[in-house]
Amino acid sequence: MSGRPAVVQDAAIALIAVTAVAAVAVLGDNYVVRLATTLFLYASLALSWNLIGGYAGYPSFATAAFFGLGAYANGVLQAAGLPFAVAWIGVAGIAAVCGALLGFCILHLRGHYFAIASLVVGDVLREIVNSWTSLTGGGMGMNLPLIAFSADMQARFFMGGFFGLALAAFLVARLIDRRPLGFTLRCIEQNDTAAAMLGADTRFAKSAAFTIACIFAGAAGAIYASWVSYIDPTDVFDVLYSVKPIIMALLGGIGTVTGPVIGAVVFLGLEELFWRNFLETHEGVLGLLVVLLVLFLPDGIHRLLTIGRHRTWRAAAS
Amino acid sequence: MLAQIFVNGLLLGALYSAIALGFSLVWGVLNIINILHGSLIVLGAYLAFFLNAWFGISPFAAAPVAAMVLFIPAFLLQLGVINRVLAKPVLITLTLTFGLNLMLNNAMLTVFRADYRKVVLDPPLGVLDIAGLAVPVDRLAAGAGAICLVALVWLLTRTTQIGRAIVAVRMDRDAAALMGIPVATVYALTFALAAAVAGAAGALLSAIFPISPVASAGYLGKAFVICVLGGLGSIPGVVAGGFGLGIIESYGALWLGPEHAGTVAFVLLLLLLLFRPNGLFGRKGFE
Amino acid sequence: MTPILELRNLSRHFGGVNALDGVTLSVGENEVVGLIGPNGAGKTTLVNVVTGVHAPSGGEVHFCGERIDGLRSDRIARRGIARTFQIVQPFPRLTVLDNVAAGILFSRRASSLSRARDLAAEYLAFTGLYEACNQVAATLTLAGRKRLELAKSLATDPKLLFLDEVNAGLNTAEIDAALELIGRIAARGITIVLIEHVMKVVRRACRRVIVLHQGKVLADGPTGSVLADRRVVDAYLGARAVPPAQVGAIA
Repeated sequence: MSGRPAVVQDAAIALIAVTAVAAVAVLGDNYVVRLATTLFLYASLALSWNLIGGYAGYPSFATAAFFGLGAYANGVLQAAGLPFAVAWIGVAGIAAVCGALLGFCILHLRGHYFAIASLVVGDVLREIVNSWTSLTGGGMGMNLPLIAFSADMQARFFMGGFFGLALAAFLVARLIDRRPLGFTLRCIEQNDTAAAMLGADTRFAKSAAFTIACIFAGAAGAIYASWVSYIDPTDVFDVLYSVKPIIMALLGGIGTVTGPVIGAVVFLGLEELFWRNFLETHEGVLGLLVVLLVLFLPDGIHRLLTIGRHRTWRAAAS
Repeated sequence: MLAQIFVNGLLLGALYSAIALGFSLVWGVLNIINILHGSLIVLGAYLAFFLNAWFGISPFAAAPVAAMVLFIPAFLLQLGVINRVLAKPVLITLTLTFGLNLMLNNAMLTVFRADYRKVVLDPPLGVLDIAGLAVPVDRLAAGAGAICLVALVWLLTRTTQIGRAIVAVRMDRDAAALMGIPVATVYALTFALAAAVAGAAGALLSAIFPISPVASAGYLGKAFVICVLGGLGSIPGVVAGGFGLGIIESYGALWLGPEHAGTVAFVLLLLLLLFRPNGLFGRKGFE
Repeated sequence: MTPILELRNLSRHFGGVNALDGVTLSVGENEVVGLIGPNGAGKTTLVNVVTGVHAPSGGEVHFCGERIDGLRSDRIARRGIARTFQIVQPFPRLTVLDNVAAGILFSRRASSLSRARDLAAEYLAFTGLYEACNQVAATLTLAGRKRLELAKSLATDPKLLFLDEVNAGLNTAEIDAALELIGRIAARGITIVLIEHVMKVVRRACRRVIVLHQGKVLADGPTGSVLADRRVVDAYLGARAVPPAQVGAIA
């Protein structure tokens, strides 16, 4: 950590990022813009998952549930006549409430049981969306109103939207990392019994991390729904939306601020490579990547780069 | 009518026990969730399908073959890959088996395609009428095969040295290691046994249900529910959970419509995790 | 002497086993009380129930005149009860300094981590861990980890401290050092309940001893007379005659 105040650093990061994105918007072709949009979507999801999965060490598979919830809540709110901007904010509120409630219900579970419970939430929501045809269109999917820009402008608009979300997620993660909440979450990850015995309100800390993660996942789903303008249950509740952020965080280094961002960049690069070269088997290749990653690089690329500085840390962990 | 539903539930329950058996074994002994499990069942079903299509072998006779075919690769997979992460946190082990499942499932999709296939039993086995209750013979045979499978594994853990070693490792891995039990080998054997049971269960299922790689997630989900329902890691628990789910789903389908039978299972799972995370009959803590 | 901790008819069952069976006792302010009993007598369960790890099956716990049974463990901790664990519970990948800072931060004696680190120095010095403050907790020796366990608990500024077998696994020199430390903790005005198997330590540290046996209070009184009590001796010797399986079930 340098001596400069965090606010100045944050402002500098934001400024550089905004400039880079503006440059892409003006100079980039549609392929580059689409790539950047996906990158910011991935980074948002990975950063949000990292709060509960990385810092607190709770292996959440609920990202897809909240991504889908956000997408459908956006669709329903807009179908009720709300403008998209209001709908997105509404979705964030809905995701916050649902996340807090769900967290209250399942955060007392540990390990495998928490993982399964969080995974099942997505399945239950998908079934509900599938059967509540009058509201959601069921398996037929749901159309969302297009935003009245030209196609090129739209692409850049959504890139900006996801960028804003990713930047917010990054700054929130950075804030939490430096505040007592981040420290508490790290302690929970290492030994939650000990943390509670010292007086830490572990339930509040876990709920806060989980709820914030749900808000970002839900907002990402909402923007995604507006972007693609057509959603169906198998797409937005796809379990890969839960798994990809985990892979990204693992790639970049879990429980760090920059890890998920680095992971999102690397993952997107690999994914582009697979999509192009292994059209039919790209999921299998993704699986292979996951296996290799877990076996040979469980601490992420991040750790590989900073190995010298953290030697004692590694010695302790092994 | 209600009695008929109950019979349907029992027949389904027997199959469910077999579906969950291997999953429960791996979870209980190795303390990992094997996401591959559903795909292993589907692989067993495909083996039975092709044995039937090419050589006219009945799916019931194919069950032991499927078990043997899956045993060795699973043993090697555990020893060479999964064993390396067993001491790691849940996130790592879960992600690893998820990755392995992506590979296996994608391979099956590429080779077998996503469209459903069906074993056509020739001649059809027909339907028995027992005291006014319709009992399809294919389901009865598959159910009986499933019960045999469960009983076989139960006997194995009770009477053989390998079985006792598996139980010992499950109860206290460190103590078992001190007693000279080769824990790594026992883990690999357990995983291989679980895969063999999954393969055999898949072969039995192929006599009744259509076969497709996309069905694997459904089998995995059922195995989850059954384990949580029956409590983890004991064979009687698997049987109780399997029959419990079979009966609950049959009645659920009656009251809510067959399209919601799957939802019943998931909602049940969520409720169980919230209120009885050790299973309805469970006694062993999980922390 | 005003009691700081009072247990009234406290019970805790696990399935059919009565780990605590109607325990009534009180601990006075500034006392150093020994809590002894054979394996499986319910000592650790007692600590777990008082600190909120387990909810009691029946009975009441009063601390500083207020009822605390059924509260969450973090609330109980913030009211001033701390404990060390028989099996040490550090934050393994944090430094020794941050482990202690956690105690200060979580008990809300500091609002920022850097302030908590400043305050942590005192406890590191007190427990003789100052040299090791930048070491990662997992790399400490067993004696060091036991000291860290103590430093973390003290950092919450407790009124009452349960020490659960802090001397187990230590050699004679280390036990002497630990005894000296216990004396200095008591001198800070902290009430101590010492759970011990080593009778030499109990005799030297505690004026009063409570004996638990099969979840009940078997004896309670001055150390010398309790340890000479025939029933207490029988309980210890008798426990050795119980088959190991049964002892395991009770534990």
